[in-house]
Amino acid sequence: MSEIGAQATTLDRPTRIACTDVNSADLRAHCQSALAAGARMQMAYAWFPDESSHPEVRYLLHWGGERPLHLWRCRPAGSALPSLAPISPLLSWYEREITDLCGVAFSDQPQPEPLVLLPGAHTARPALLPGLPEPVGYTPAMPSRLPQMSGPASEDVQRLPFGPIRADVLESAQFDFYYLGEAILHYQPQLFFKHRAMEKRFEGVTPSLGVVLAERVSAVGGVAHALAYCQAIEAAALCEVPLRAAWLRSLLAELERLYNHMHYLGHLCHTTTLKVGEAQGKYLEELAKQMNARATGSRLLRSLLVPGGLRRELRLEGLLEALEEIERQYVPYAALLEASTSHLDRLNTTGELSPQLAFDQGATGPIERASGLDRDLRRDYPYAAYRELPFEVALKDGCDAHAREQVRMAEILQSIELIRRILRGLPPGPVRASCEPRGGAEGIGWVESPRGSLYYAVHLDRAGQLARVKIKSPSFSNWRVFPFTVHDSNMMDYAINEASFGLTVAGCAR
Amino acid sequence: MPLWTWYGLKQGKVSTNWPKAGEDGQAGVLGMPRFDPTKCEDGCRRCADACLPGAISMAQAREAGSSAAARLEVDYGRCVVCQMCVESCPRGAFATSEDWAFGTSRREDLLWAEAIASSEGTAVRNEIRRTFGRSLHIRHVDSGSCNGCESELQALNNPYYNLHRLGIFFTASPRFADLLLVTGAVTYALRGPLLEAYGAMAEPRFVMAVGTCAVSGGVAAGGYSCGRGLEGVLPINMYLPGCPPNPAAIIHGLLMLLQRMPQRLKHGQLTAGADRA
Repeated sequence: MSEIGAQATTLDRPTRIACTDVNSADLRAHCQSALAAGARMQMAYAWFPDESSHPEVRYLLHWGGERPLHLWRCRPAGSALPSLAPISPLLSWYEREITDLCGVAFSDQPQPEPLVLLPGAHTARPALLPGLPEPVGYTPAMPSRLPQMSGPASEDVQRLPFGPIRADVLESAQFDFYYLGEAILHYQPQLFFKHRAMEKRFEGVTPSLGVVLAERVSAVGGVAHALAYCQAIEAAALCEVPLRAAWLRSLLAELERLYNHMHYLGHLCHTTTLKVGEAQGKYLEELAKQMNARATGSRLLRSLLVPGGLRRELRLEGLLEALEEIERQYVPYAALLEASTSHLDRLNTTGELSPQLAFDQGATGPIERASGLDRDLRRDYPYAAYRELPFEVALKDGCDAHAREQVRMAEILQSIELIRRILRGLPPGPVRASCEPRGGAEGIGWVESPRGSLYYAVHLDRAGQLARVKIKSPSFSNWRVFPFTVHDSNMMDYAINEASFGLTVAGCAR
Repeated sequence: MPLWTWYGLKQGKVSTNWPKAGEDGQAGVLGMPRFDPTKCEDGCRRCADACLPGAISMAQAREAGSSAAARLEVDYGRCVVCQMCVESCPRGAFATSEDWAFGTSRREDLLWAEAIASSEGTAVRNEIRRTFGRSLHIRHVDSGSCNGCESELQALNNPYYNLHRLGIFFTASPRFADLLLVTGAVTYALRGPLLEAYGAMAEPRFVMAVGTCAVSGGVAAGGYSCGRGLEGVLPINMYLPGCPPNPAAIIHGLLMLLQRMPQRLKHGQLTAGADRA
């Protein structure tokens, strides 16, 4: 067993990630015994060590409890790796993405269709294979292959293809519904129309410029993405950020959670047609964004993070007052939402996600915490200043849309409280340290984003430029889970259920 | 439910009156960096090296004796407002600004250039004014964005900006739309649906590229999944770079299209007295 760099914190020695080489023949047995011991797979990705064309597949595990994260490295022997999806279903999408972009095959994959590439789309060679020139993609207009319906009532089954351009100002994605009256029999999302090849865009970029890309993978998670990226680079460089920068990073992360959750409430009210509730939620989001702009120069909190700390100081005067004005308006608003039966009637028992399903399919963030799974990276593997900022993880066990709303409501109050504590305890000092990872280094960083766990794995080439960056976003995990709550539900509840998950397509498709 | 009626009334009116009067809500927002070529150092290329999307580039070396400034090319249509050039420049040739009113009807106006005489440009806008009077219906299409432009477009309908007060509406069907508002870098997968949406619109129809990705591809440009935004895909009537353009910048762009606000930017420079929109 060896170790690789994982993100460092200024408040503790660098956390190390345990690392094991696993023989492809033993992969399933390893996975089986880890799962039996209560572990959960976090992600899988492939990269090409030493700029060769021989891929290595990596699996990140979370054992639970106090044990550090664990990484398995596996080289495919022969043409394929055994698929782990039959025993750990959440890995299915990771494997399909690896097949699409890195050309690694998985034997006995239960769903061998492409994931990231649309039906009929292809590239001349695996897109993530290092070296020039990058292949040009080809995506023909082709209908997706859908299941055939049979049985006595099959004539009555209707199909509703919805998207990829949807009504309202929304991200592009296509949803196919098969339904009978109101009942949804089958639901199939196609979420990768927006795949922009963001992981590939990092190739050859310097570590300090890579943060500009990370901020633009999923805009409303820009702080989380930039922070996870910076932490991965800092882990590779064994660099520690100044204490003040660590605290300000937690501040930015909570400001991001705040405006995201306000937007969530406004949008959820939109789907339950609570018009005033929608207006107020979106107004609070606007107040939060204007507060962000005054403190940081950016409504979406961009252009601040950099490997080594922050690019500049924040303008903190007036922040507390603006925050308390938002709190003053938020508290009665939330109380009114919780007392509105027309709103609650639409949320209760909608989109039920059992704890078992949430665990097996990889639900993360507020979604898993609303199904009773007690996980939060801020507490489990503290980064930035969270070790100094203990808080109680918001947890509900209602498993439905209402529980998902309640978790976010609790997190809003918690974020306000955390920001208050940060402003009180903010240490003085510089906000940036030099951070120069050496060539060939690698690192992993993580953040509990507003939508759940986010991981960045970075690999540098010999010259110290980025060779491979893997992004595991929370929406990738939660979109995987979401369809399980749609099957056997009804059309009227669909939009409410989708809003209750609070997903982004950009984060999923990258 | 009467509770919500009372609550709504009690909250009062929060919409801004901007651009007629009042705040635009963008206090503190950092806009596109301003460029002052007179401060450039000979042979320096720090800003170009720090510019990920290639908005700043060095032109091919010309004959000996040409100044450094003449060789530096700035294209605001590719700027993602990351401020890296400001930080990398030792002489302050790039400076932070609050300039965000970057809507233009000609792509060339996004290129920093010495002022040249311009005779064209108003025909399209006159047509829009004649056709639509002062109202506008928009079909938005996300052609592969990071969701930042959507976040700000969604903000247009919040009570603060309250876009309806200006007679501008989003519509679900392209059949009812006057304007196709495109965000994102146009992935190959979304190119077809985008062209279909445009094809479904009745004449006269107009196209606005919102955000640096739609203008030029931004940080996602090139590679195996997308080209360079709307470049070569659709004819564009209005360019609005920004990463993302803030709600006031989007309103400015829309009102400019309707000839209800003037264009601020010419040849990459804001016109005199136009520090803020």
